[in-house]
Amino acid sequence: MGWLGGWNGMRISMDIELKDIPGQLVQALKPVSDLGGNIISVLHQRDKKTASGRIPVQLVFEMEERRLDRLVEKLKAEGMHVVSIGKERLKDSMVVILIGHIVHSDIRDTIERIDSTGFAEVVGLSLSMPGVDKKSSAALVLSAIGKKELKEALKILEETATEKGIMIISPI
Amino acid sequence: MRAGEKIKTVRISIVGFGHVGSGVAEVVMRKHDEILRKHGLDLRIVGIADLKGAIIDEGGLSRDEIARFGADGALLDMSSLELIREIEHEVMVEATPTNVTNGEPGLTHIITALNSNRHVVTSNKGPLALEYRKLMELAERKGRELRFEATVGGAMPLISLIRENLAGNGITAIRGILNGTCNYILTRMTNENLPYEHVLREAQEIGIAESDPSKDVEGIDTAVKLVILANSVFGMDATYRDVRVQGITEITPDALKLARDAGYAIKLIGDVDIDGRLEVAPRLVPVSDPLNVGGTLNVATIRADLAGDITVIGKGAGPIEAASAILSDIIAIYS
Repeated sequence: MGWLGGWNGMRISMDIELKDIPGQLVQALKPVSDLGGNIISVLHQRDKKTASGRIPVQLVFEMEERRLDRLVEKLKAEGMHVVSIGKERLKDSMVVILIGHIVHSDIRDTIERIDSTGFAEVVGLSLSMPGVDKKSSAALVLSAIGKKELKEALKILEETATEKGIMIISPI
Repeated sequence: MRAGEKIKTVRISIVGFGHVGSGVAEVVMRKHDEILRKHGLDLRIVGIADLKGAIIDEGGLSRDEIARFGADGALLDMSSLELIREIEHEVMVEATPTNVTNGEPGLTHIITALNSNRHVVTSNKGPLALEYRKLMELAERKGRELRFEATVGGAMPLISLIRENLAGNGITAIRGILNGTCNYILTRMTNENLPYEHVLREAQEIGIAESDPSKDVEGIDTAVKLVILANSVFGMDATYRDVRVQGITEITPDALKLARDAGYAIKLIGDVDIDGRLEVAPRLVPVSDPLNVGGTLNVATIRADLAGDITVIGKGAGPIEAASAILSDIIAIYS
């Protein structure tokens, strides 16, 4: 069982619009729980009514991606408008420091090895190069869809670094 | 000490009379009356030996006699092993320098003392990092104690904290800074934005780093201490060759700055856990973490199943600090 077999809860932010009648918010949240979702935050913006008199609500929750379509159907069936869905696929991040001939050992390839996994990406890089022939230092931000995948990404980075003679400093 | 309790005389030999050995003599003298009053122990140093020779007095050496150790003509032609075997005493303090290649001469001193029915208290990491199990088995067979608080973290109570105060807890991991020299160098590099070589030279000038700093900066000293923790706390049968070790010689001021910008300090961390992890490496420590201590301090976080995380911070090196740990070990044998 690979990483696809585990819990693929993805963080999702969703903007919906409710009719201005009592009980609508509960009606909107119930299907999220019914489908096994985990609600993280609810922003009920009563003071920002739309032109059509609806109330915008911003939801953030975690849910298996394959259940998302079913959720949207249910919400629509209740007469709610789903305005937008944003997926925050990469939930967990860590900073690592690299020391060595980072650029000359093909940093693009180093990053590509992480990005090509499909479950992790390099989302930030700051590089400091003191001079030709001197060792550079870099701070690299790794993100992944979960903690387990983040560990796996770090392992790939460590293997790549060992191969290229780069030192990796990871968080405790 | 309660009224009516009998005073127990504890005769001590000190083998290896460098900084630590003379520190032990100093604190035994300085604390003699207090220990007699509080613990009912009359500590007497009956013999001192090192490569130069020995001095003995079965009634207890005086402060003057000890101070003159090493002066011309004042030494007996008696080897350390003869002293350990032939002079009657209860506790042998082994304070010769650490040797991680074969553990000698400390290893033979400890074996000889246990075989002569002496308790042993040591600050010498070599014998424990190489032959932990063998030595503990011998001590048990002889019904004697082998204590070694001074080997890890100097004055910082770690081994007895776990053994006594945290008794009943399962320890799942210990992680910390176990080498003050590396901590000093990294702290200074971070604060002053100076390169490694520069700070190392500075540390050598003020006596924080040795002229051959490799044991410290390459992580060997930390690895050896980690092995002692692995064997004594986690029941492993490891030697220091089993540890994955990376030192601090490659760390750049730029890396320290990048880490700081991201909210981290870089520290040389020793890491041992119940799953057999044994690793020494520079790691990113969040600036708000209790492990983020500066200067020459040592620190360790003990993860206990009942008590949670407990962190101890203290002076890792120094003769009086090591002597403090040795003295508490001696008292613990009799309490």
